[in-house]
Amino acid sequence: MRRLFASPTVTAAFAVMIGLCAVALLAPLLSPRNPLVMDFRAQLSPPSRTFLLGADSFGRDVLSRLVYGARISLGISLASVLSAVVIGVPLGCVAGYIGGLTDEVLMNVADGLLSLPPLIIAVALVGILGPNVQNVVFALTVVYAPRFARLSRATVLSLRDQDFVQAVRALGAGDGRILVRHLVPNAVAPLLVLTTVTFGQALTAESGLSFLGLGAQPPTPTWGSMLSESWKFIQQAPWLPIFPGVTIMLAVLSLNVLGDGVRDAIDPKLRGR
Amino acid sequence: MTAYFLGRAGRGVIALFVVSVVAFLLLHATPGDPITTMLGPDATPQMADEIRHRLGLDLPLYRQYLAWIGQALRGDLGISIRTGQPVVRLVVGRLPTTVVLAVLATVVSILIGVVLGIVAAANRGRLWDQAATVVAVLGISLPNFFVGILLMILFSVLLRWLPISGPPVDFLRAPGESLRTLLMPTLALGAAYAALVARMTRSSLVDVLSADYIRTAHAKGLGPLTVLVHHALRNAFIPVLTSIAINFAYLLGGTIIIEEIFALPGVGRLLLQGVEQRDYPVIQGIVLLMSVSFVCVNMLADGLFALIDPRIRLVKAKE
Repeated sequence: MRRLFASPTVTAAFAVMIGLCAVALLAPLLSPRNPLVMDFRAQLSPPSRTFLLGADSFGRDVLSRLVYGARISLGISLASVLSAVVIGVPLGCVAGYIGGLTDEVLMNVADGLLSLPPLIIAVALVGILGPNVQNVVFALTVVYAPRFARLSRATVLSLRDQDFVQAVRALGAGDGRILVRHLVPNAVAPLLVLTTVTFGQALTAESGLSFLGLGAQPPTPTWGSMLSESWKFIQQAPWLPIFPGVTIMLAVLSLNVLGDGVRDAIDPKLRGR
Repeated sequence: MTAYFLGRAGRGVIALFVVSVVAFLLLHATPGDPITTMLGPDATPQMADEIRHRLGLDLPLYRQYLAWIGQALRGDLGISIRTGQPVVRLVVGRLPTTVVLAVLATVVSILIGVVLGIVAAANRGRLWDQAATVVAVLGISLPNFFVGILLMILFSVLLRWLPISGPPVDFLRAPGESLRTLLMPTLALGAAYAALVARMTRSSLVDVLSADYIRTAHAKGLGPLTVLVHHALRNAFIPVLTSIAINFAYLLGGTIIIEEIFALPGVGRLLLQGVEQRDYPVIQGIVLLMSVSFVCVNMLADGLFALIDPRIRLVKAKE
């Protein structure tokens, strides 16, 4: 932990993520205006004292929409990553521990799913199931769960036959106890790195889907949909797409820096690679 | 060696099977009954049953799959509900735009990424290295659609050098004009992959530069440039090439949003149209074809690198 925060960049990235999550949780308190109220006199108005970041094409306050958008954008991507972990990790651990046919079948399915182009499969799934929040989470879970299964299987497989596991087994521990108490904890560190990086990718994917109109439906603000609503007006208001775009970038950047930081903290050998 | 190639091909075939099952099941994931939706509210249940029978939709699922995959293998992916055209012809018509886009973006990513990576590795730990690393992390974190919009703001709105989006131009007939319309989309797509290539080049080169044979080359009195180009780069390039091949496979399936922003008639926009018009055969066909090309590009790349680098085929065959 101390090693993690030794780097100022990583500390800053951590602070940005905590800040964004706090904004999402405290949205009603922090947002200066109602994100859904339209003021047609303010359409596409540049940043001013009333509209700190300007107003969008419907005259809605951009800052308030960004604040509320954090809830949907961060919420959906976090939910997708967590459900990918909850589904992928147990399956991967069990496959690696049992081996044999179970392992063979599960890993071939995982490899098959990994060889689907992620964006195409997400667009197709959400498109067919219908564009809403649950289906985006479902599609992204399908896309991301296999990699968690693969990583936890690899870790369990590499530890399964080591001496300390033999020792615990000789002491009378059952399979379940060995897996949960002795093997899974060893996989936590690499899984943490993968979770952080995947969180960033899920955020990009969620923004992309809602950019295409396949996420939370209007008028609910998401960072992706704000971007797609604003870029059509870049002739009149070229500053407008910058705000949601930079917000997405800042969040993904922090997650990537955090992921690198966690990896370096776990394995100092990799530092600077 | 043969063992390695057979094993790799076997895994590829299994992946293709899983991919085809997913594409097949997609249609069965539709909420409600596609036949009832197709026929509209005036249809009687008898009519629906008859059509279901005629299309084989009353058969058990595995027989439906076998029939479907049999047709697909013969190059028949069904008929688009909206346009009445064969799905294969629709997709193949859109393929050139997507492939040209992916190829150009790959070229851009190599040009920028390799240079950035070499500069960083050759100046390890110094200012140039840090600058290159920052640029790479930024590139990875920027979603390509935001890069596209930024380029549009810069080149079309502020500088007025390029049109926001023009009618697509046939590459073969007017390559210059066509490149002008493809410039921004290519840069937008290439930026993120350039960052990935830069990272890979740097870390691979840093590894190689610390090897004993490089020290020997220096000790022989060779100049730093000779050592870098003739001795280090050759070995450092193999993992970089692998990552470039994987990037290309991802690019083929990752151009959707950029095609939408820049109004390019590629496979991605066809998929979006299919989604908008609930044209299920089109969606299914694209998922199948793009996944198959994804698997094949990866398989070809693995095979190629096993040929280039004996270490790969020896280690993998042992596993």
